Amino acid sequence: MTVRIALVGNPNSGKTTLFNALTGSNQSVGNWPGVTVEKKEGRLQSADALVTDLPGVYSLSPYTPEELITRSYLMEEAPDVILNIIDGTNLERNLYLTTQLLELGIPLVLAINMMDAVERRGDHIHVEKLGRMLGCEVTVMSAMKGEGVEEAAQKAIAIAAQKKLAIPKTCFHGAVEHALAHIEERLLHDRPEQQQRFLAIKLFERDEKVIAMLGLTREDQEHIEYDIKLCELQQEDDAEAIIISARYDYVESVVDACCTRKLKKGISASARIDRLATHRIFAIPIFAAIMMLVYYVSVTLVGGWSAGLVNDGLFGDGIFLFGHGQEAYETATSDYELSLRKSSAFLDAAERSGIEVSAVRTGTATPQEEAAFLLHAAGLHEKTSIYDEEGGLLYEGLVGPDDYLNAKGLEEPVQADYGTFLPGLPVVLGDALERMGTAPWLQGLVLDGIVAGVGSILGFVPQMLVLFFFLALLEACGYMARIAFILDQIFRRFGLSGKSFIPMLISTGCGVPGIMASRTIESPRDRRMTIMTTTFIPCGAKLPLIAMIAGAFFGGAWWVAPSAYFLGIAAVLISGAILKKTRRFAGEESPFVMELPLYHLPAMKNVLRSMWERGWSFIKKAGTVILIASVAIWFTSRFGFVDGSFVLLSEEALSESLLAKFGALLAWIFVPLGFGSWQASMATLLGLLAKEGVVSTMSVLYGVADGGYAVLQAAMTSGAAFSFMTFNLLCAPCFAAIGAIRQEMQSRSWFAFAIAYQTGFAYAVSLCVYQIWRVLHGGGFGIGIVAAVLILVGFLFLLLRRSPTSKKPVQERTESLC
Amino acid sequence: MKTLKELPVGQSAKVLKVHGEGAIRRRIMDMGITKGAEVYVQKMAPFGDPIELIVRGYSLTLRRADADRIEII
Repeated sequence: MTVRIALVGNPNSGKTTLFNALTGSNQSVGNWPGVTVEKKEGRLQSADALVTDLPGVYSLSPYTPEELITRSYLMEEAPDVILNIIDGTNLERNLYLTTQLLELGIPLVLAINMMDAVERRGDHIHVEKLGRMLGCEVTVMSAMKGEGVEEAAQKAIAIAAQKKLAIPKTCFHGAVEHALAHIEERLLHDRPEQQQRFLAIKLFERDEKVIAMLGLTREDQEHIEYDIKLCELQQEDDAEAIIISARYDYVESVVDACCTRKLKKGISASARIDRLATHRIFAIPIFAAIMMLVYYVSVTLVGGWSAGLVNDGLFGDGIFLFGHGQEAYETATSDYELSLRKSSAFLDAAERSGIEVSAVRTGTATPQEEAAFLLHAAGLHEKTSIYDEEGGLLYEGLVGPDDYLNAKGLEEPVQADYGTFLPGLPVVLGDALERMGTAPWLQGLVLDGIVAGVGSILGFVPQMLVLFFFLALLEACGYMARIAFILDQIFRRFGLSGKSFIPMLISTGCGVPGIMASRTIESPRDRRMTIMTTTFIPCGAKLPLIAMIAGAFFGGAWWVAPSAYFLGIAAVLISGAILKKTRRFAGEESPFVMELPLYHLPAMKNVLRSMWERGWSFIKKAGTVILIASVAIWFTSRFGFVDGSFVLLSEEALSESLLAKFGALLAWIFVPLGFGSWQASMATLLGLLAKEGVVSTMSVLYGVADGGYAVLQAAMTSGAAFSFMTFNLLCAPCFAAIGAIRQEMQSRSWFAFAIAYQTGFAYAVSLCVYQIWRVLHGGGFGIGIVAAVLILVGFLFLLLRRSPTSKKPVQERTESLC
Repeated sequence: MKTLKELPVGQSAKVLKVHGEGAIRRRIMDMGITKGAEVYVQKMAPFGDPIELIVRGYSLTLRRADADRIEII
């Protein structure tokens, strides 16, 4: 029969290391129902046993989700044995939890971890005596070195087989013991005997979850209340404090009896590191340096390299081996394209002066026709300007027949001529599809929809893995707790945690790993706030949009890009200040009573495992939700009705696509923001696929390549353009990030709230931007400015109002658990 | 009433009582700040809040507002 072992212990006690050592790769990771707390299970390698890794807890109180999960698992699932891992260098606080576990009526083995560190300190723990005093089996180990791990597991299995119960020995004051006996006798006689003591103590503590679980009547409660009050009067303290103090006093006496400590001289290495790492002056520079290093290595170095490799190589046209030939090929290609454009500009000019060009243009002209054309157009030269996709000037000057003849002789550069070229997946797939003779729409679906959509997201995987590696490292070595310590003062004013800094920083590169980095924040409230606000920070994909708006409407003014970042930061802070006062976020402030664990060298295995688990969960997302969304957007943007039939559209006919029609339907929504055109709506919709798509869509739809920035300037005022940028920077992020939000929120309603808030906030801010700009530039006083003023007043009210003082000590979310 | 908030950095005191109610108070006590426990103020964060304590042989950090609930002698 399978033995079920529950692994319980304090955070930082080495629980994860032990779990990994016990189960190796036979693990499954999931979530406990209804909460974002990770659930891990694994099979023992050496025996038929299932190990459940319970969340790290300090106590079995009813307040945090972790504690509730651990408690209800132990009470309801009744595992065969508890393997309680404790940190040998920190016996008192660790054994405090043990005193509670011993009362549950489940066989228990105490595994003292980090014995090597204890010995190094020169301390000694009398293991046998400790076991005798506590009334349970004790074993020692160093999980990091793998010493004693197998023995602990074997002991746990043996104890489970014997069903040997520990005898709880916590001695409370006489009056308390009397009250406990009374409670057991009166209310708990029909419960299993081994659970009675635990339940009686919880009832004595007035634990609401247990009262509800047992279904006590008012009369029952009043009856025991008399005994509790009596004890409280006698000891001049409340019931909870009486029990906790008694436990700690008991643990103190046990530790004094079983542990000989060497008198400390000097300070420990950990304290010495902390002297610098949390120093009043040096802490911030050190923190900044570490963050810059993490950012530089993952986003700039690995991110830049891998995005190039994956986006251009694997999911692009392909790459040159070691980059040889890349530059030459690019120059050749752009020269080639420019020649074609000049030739086509010349043909346009010829056409305007009444010369027949259609046959020449399509290359189907007979030699006679071509000669006739050249004769007619011989003296024709016209001044023209040619722009690139983002509106940059490529050529300005005359075009003439030479340009036509020149282009005619040119052949498109082939990569293979410039170096060893490795074609990308789309090229290989495209060739294969072509050879199989598949329909164009199917090729489009596979290449532009699936490969391009998922590929652009998978390009982020390498840098995400590096980032997650660093995060796991910072967490495991103990620095993450210090980050929270250093920055708490600043961030909590905005409803965020000191640890929110990391997701925000990472989001300047890409919002997806940024959102996923929020997992290091323990408090669900701070974590949600971080997830909701972190994508306000402009990510790398939004930079082309900022560049386009700055170039096209503000003459490349220096202040546009900083203003985008300023806008993002302001949006985070204002949202934090507003949201923390809303009903959803209200309630008791999340406690900041946190252990600062000793610095230690992390176990590489754990760090890599944590990196992989986070990375893999994202890759799975990219393969499912993001895939479907990409395909849907591609389909609607490339198909439409032309002359009554439903067809695949060419790039020039995108205005007929379903998405364009849908954009036209939505355009009225954006009229108050100044950009109520179907083009702008469609670009915004396509931005959901990837934000860099906003720029290319605008270029294609407005024909920037032919007319330069002038066409954009004709279509929008600069106020509307800034408002357009504002909306696209702040509104719901791309599908990849939306998927990450969905995954990290673990709740439909929170997910919907986040997306709705972001989009609503973006709308309100853009409206104000546009309407205020309009009035300042001589636009009439209208309903728009009234709305803008109302919104501003609303923001001020939300910012300045007093927080609703709802006192709900227990978060709603956790109520279903016990 | 003298509280932990007033205790200067580098000094120790004994805990007399943890005031208040609810989750934060329980958490403070669960972490070992109980009647009679000895606490030492190790340092202040760079911006003055929170503070770092040594209690029962390990480092614990809490905000000054919460330290104000902890009565000491």
